[in-house]
Order: sequence, then structure tokens, then C-alpha cells
Amino acid sequence: MAPGCPQRSLLRRLHVTRARRMTAVTSPARVAATASPVSDPAQPLPHQETKVQLSIDRVSKRFGGVTAVEDVSIDVPHGGILSIIGPNGAGKTSLLNMISGFYTPDNGRITLEGRDITRRRPHQVAALGIARTFQNIALFSGLTVLDNLMLGRHVRMRSGVLRSVIYWGLAQREEIAHREVCEELIDFLKLQDLRKQPTGALAYGLRKRVELGRALALEPRIILLDEPMGGMNQDEKEDMARYILDVNQERGITVVLIEHDMGVVMDISDRVIVLDRGRKIAEGSPAEVQRSPAVIAAYLGAKKGKQSP
Amino acid sequence: MFHREAGVFKTTYAADMALYPLPIARWAVAGVALLFAVVLPSLLHEYYLSIINLVLIAIVGALGLNILVGYTGQISVGHAAFMSVGAYTAANLAVRLDLPFWITLPAGGLMAALIGAIVGIPSLRIKGLYLAIATLAGQLIIEWTINHVPAISGGAQASIEVPRPTLFGTELKTQGQLYFFLLFFAALAIVATLNLVRSRIGRAFVAIRDQDIAAEIIGINIYRYKLLSFAISSFYAGVCGVLYTYYLGIANYEQFQIVVSIDYLAMIIIGGLGSVLGSILGAIFVTMLPIVIRWIVEGFGSYFFTASELAGVSSSARLIVFGSLIIFFLVVEPEGLNRLWRNIRNYFRVWPFSY
Repeated sequence: MAPGCPQRSLLRRLHVTRARRMTAVTSPARVAATASPVSDPAQPLPHQETKVQLSIDRVSKRFGGVTAVEDVSIDVPHGGILSIIGPNGAGKTSLLNMISGFYTPDNGRITLEGRDITRRRPHQVAALGIARTFQNIALFSGLTVLDNLMLGRHVRMRSGVLRSVIYWGLAQREEIAHREVCEELIDFLKLQDLRKQPTGALAYGLRKRVELGRALALEPRIILLDEPMGGMNQDEKEDMARYILDVNQERGITVVLIEHDMGVVMDISDRVIVLDRGRKIAEGSPAEVQRSPAVIAAYLGAKKGKQSP
Repeated sequence: MFHREAGVFKTTYAADMALYPLPIARWAVAGVALLFAVVLPSLLHEYYLSIINLVLIAIVGALGLNILVGYTGQISVGHAAFMSVGAYTAANLAVRLDLPFWITLPAGGLMAALIGAIVGIPSLRIKGLYLAIATLAGQLIIEWTINHVPAISGGAQASIEVPRPTLFGTELKTQGQLYFFLLFFAALAIVATLNLVRSRIGRAFVAIRDQDIAAEIIGINIYRYKLLSFAISSFYAGVCGVLYTYYLGIANYEQFQIVVSIDYLAMIIIGGLGSVLGSILGAIFVTMLPIVIRWIVEGFGSYFFTASELAGVSSSARLIVFGSLIIFFLVVEPEGLNRLWRNIRNYFRVWPFSY
């Protein structure tokens, strides 16, 4: 959404948008958490467990001469919302691609709850409980909303070729059981009237919502959201922020979020990581990150003598 | 016709997920089944039944190819070769080991599935035109192998005569008897395909077609499923080849050359990619077209041509009309006969009102 925004005053924007949106998207408990002075970073946030669920350990990825990600370590704590921000080309999506198995890191290790997933293929990572949405929506456009969600259930279903071909009996029973899960998600995401619509014909914001639903249908432990609010208007963003908070709080799914809208990021995140040109330049609570000189330099340019590109 | 949802209330998921949720559609299907099972065989002459038999065989092959091309989005120009694999497997088993059709038929299908999965291996790395060339190579290699290995082809003519299938001690000799034999397998193939594409495996195929990256991210092993699609599709092709062999009474590689692969591709393109009904309509269309053209030329040709010219006119007219119809369909209705049918159905959905 905000590719052109780094030049604008980040801090001014934050103050304006936060004040405006705080009441709209944030629960009272979270407002207290984010707004409280976070002078002591060792103090964990009240609702947050400190156990590390996904650990990215000194990971690097180079494409030819270009270093996309360099020596980045991130610990994703259990049950929180962790945001990764940074200017365009900072390596955010590359990092997500390494977690979900599309890229293999050149160095480093990625572990999910102690299990090494560095070299797993994407479908194996999905089966372990990491779901994902894409920056430019990747829905199955020829299929209906319902079928897209049912595809999200793929790893939870068992029917093979023989059962599918015979259908009546085991496969049908399985289809109905999983249909119920999908219907529950349809209710959650308010897609009731669209369930039989092909997703190719849906409006942009709705498609983003269906993609979130498909990721949730996997019953993931961690969900990776790559710019879920990109290209949305204010109302749609607030809806999406609400859904993300619900996913996190009611379903207890850990959220890793890439987003350019600083207002949303600062409002809903427990923890923020800032990447710039492949390196991690800051990490902390939203308030800490906003004060970090390195972050301000990355977004707004450094003091004289150090020109940012 | 009158495919109207109004007034139909579905209270269970099973009812909503039924193959034909609307009562009118169920009655229509029952009507068509009755027509083919009872009315046609008792009314039609053997000659017409033999034409329908060809259509029934083509339906099996077209369904298989559509699973691969229409649903999974992988192309194969080697399907005729997979048919020949099924045909020669069954012929050898039937002649050398004297096995009945209910063993040779699945055996031919399974052998074709195995070969098909091997030919499909390049699909793990390449797509589109490159895959077409790779499967074309498969077609030529299989054709050559069958032709040059006497152990498979049964000698110089590369053809094996097979006995007619027997059922409960009766030899299925007449076209009328073969009709029921083929109708059973065609119906089985149709129901199996309908079930496959509406459940887990079929959805995974469509996912690979629409967005292979997203398919991987939701946990579909795309390598496995591409090969699976090749195998299932080739299984149908193999069964189609076996049926054709029993129909002709002979397995002959000339019946399974590259032109046949193209014909089957034409069936699913004209009928509609990714549609069961489309495969059926396409198979009917492509099989019937040359026959109908011949009837027309023979019926009216004598007014314009001498008898000696007629033979040439008939075969040329077939090519000209066939080619122009494919172009016509690609331009006017790229989604094929199935789409045409749906447009008609949707028009009458609210008829006579405009919405």
C-alpha cells in the first residue's frame, strides 16, 4: 500500500492515524499494552507467552550478486502478533519465502517448535502448521469461495483416489465433516452470500479475505500474512485488522505480519522487526521501534553526510 | 431445460453437495439413462449402434485426457500411445494367457497408468509447449517400441487378434451386445470422473492448474499430484485402448497414431476443458462429425459430382469442415460446447423474465 510513503513524515502519520484508529481496531487491553511506556523491554506484555515458537537463526539468502537477506535472526514468540516492516526491497517477502520453504537459505537455520524446517518443501511446511497469504493474491480463481476453503483443508483430509472415485460412503462423510469447518470460517469472515461465487469475480478486498480464510482452513499454528491490507481502503483495512486480531486472540494463532501501513502495524503488533536492505536494524515494541534512530534513518533518510539511496 | 433453483431448499450439506441437487436435473439424468439403456438399443439398427459404440469408447478416452489437460492444466500429446499400451497389454494377456476381459481391462489400464506416469515425469520441471514436446517424444518412442518389439506387437504386422469378450459364457459378438458392454464402462467412467473432480483429489488438480505456487503453500505436493494426474489420465486412456481393441477384435498400432492424440485434444477443446459434460459432448461431436459429413456427401454429392470424384470429396470435406469448426469454436466459444449448453440453460433459468 504505502510504497511511496517512506518520504512522508512517518512519525506525523503515526500520531494522526493511531489517534484515529485506536478505538476502531484495538481492544482495550491491547491499547493499554501498546500505549504504555515500554521503557523496560525485558518486561513481557501481559497476555504474551515468552516461549519461542518459530526461530529464525542467522539466516542469509543471496540471488547472484544481490543479498536479499543477510544474517537475520528473529524469534517469533508463541501467540503474539509480530510485524516485519521495512522499505521496499528490504527482504521481508524473501524472509517469508524462506520460512514457507520456497527458498532455501544459504546459511542459517529455521526451526518450528524445535523442529528444523530449513530444507522442507512448501507443502511439508504447510502440513506442519504454517499457513500463508500472498502479497498479490494467489487464489484459485476458477473455483468457488467454498472450494478454495475446502482446498485449505487438503492436508487435514485423507481420501485417496479410490475413495474419491467411489465417493459415496467414506469420502462423502469426510467432505461433509470438513465442509462444516469451512462453513464456520465462512461465518467468521462473513462470506455467507459468496460461498458459491467463483473467486475470480470477487472484489479485491473480498479476495484478500477469502485468502485469509483459506489459510485459516489449514488450522495453522502460525499464519504468515504478506501485506494483507495492501491496496485496501480505510474501511477494508479496519475490517482486516479486526479479523487479524480475532485470529490471534480467539483462535490463538501466532501471526507474522508484513505490512506497509504503519498505523495498523503500530496498533496491532506486540513486537515489530525492522528490516532494511536485508539486515535487521531494529526490534522491539512498536513504541521502541518508532524511537529508534536507525529506523528513522531508514525511512526518512539519515543526517547529512549519510545519504540514503 | 428449466434449471431453476427457486423453491428447492437444501437442509443438509449432503444435499447441497449432491451431483444433481435439482430434482429436474435428476429426472433429466434418469431420462437420458433410460434412453441409452432401453430405448436406443431396442430401436436402432446395428449400424447405428456401432457408431454409438465408437462414441462410448471415445468418451472414456476424452474424460481421461480432460482430467489431465482440463483439470490439472498439464498437456499431453501422447495419449494415443497410452491407449496403445493398454491395447497391447490386454491383447497379449488375452491371447497368450487366455485371460477374460475383467482382468485384461484393468491390467491394460494399470500398465498405461505406469507408462503415463513415466512419460509425465518431465512435467515436474517443464510446462506448456515444452511439456507438449516431451509427451510428443513419449508418443513416438512408444509407437516405435511397439512396432519394433515382436514380443509386444506379435510379429510383422504389429497386430494381434483378440477374442471377443465373454460374459457369463456368452460371447459378445453383435454390436448390440457390445453396446451394453461399452455403455457400462462409459457410464462407470463418467460417474468416476464426476466423483473424482468434486472431491479432494480433483480439487487438488484444479489448484495446480490455477495457481501452482498457492497449491504448494496449502500443502499439496504438486510433484506427486502431477504424476497422479498423468497416471489417472493414462489409466482412462489405457482402458479406452482396451475397449477399442475388443470392439475391433484386433490390436493394431495404426489405430493409435499421433493423429488420434490430436483428435482427442480436439474433443476436449471443442467440448470444453475442465468439464465432464464437455468431454462427453466433444467425444460425440468429433466422432460423429466425419460420419455425418460422409452421410451428407453421399446423400447430396451425387447431384454435384461423379461417382469417381465422390470418394475424394468425402475425405477432403471431412478435413475442411473439421478444421473450420475447430477454428470457429476457438473464436466464438473458447470454452466449448459445455459453455454453450450452460448459456442456454442459464437463459432459461429465469425465462420468460429478464432477471
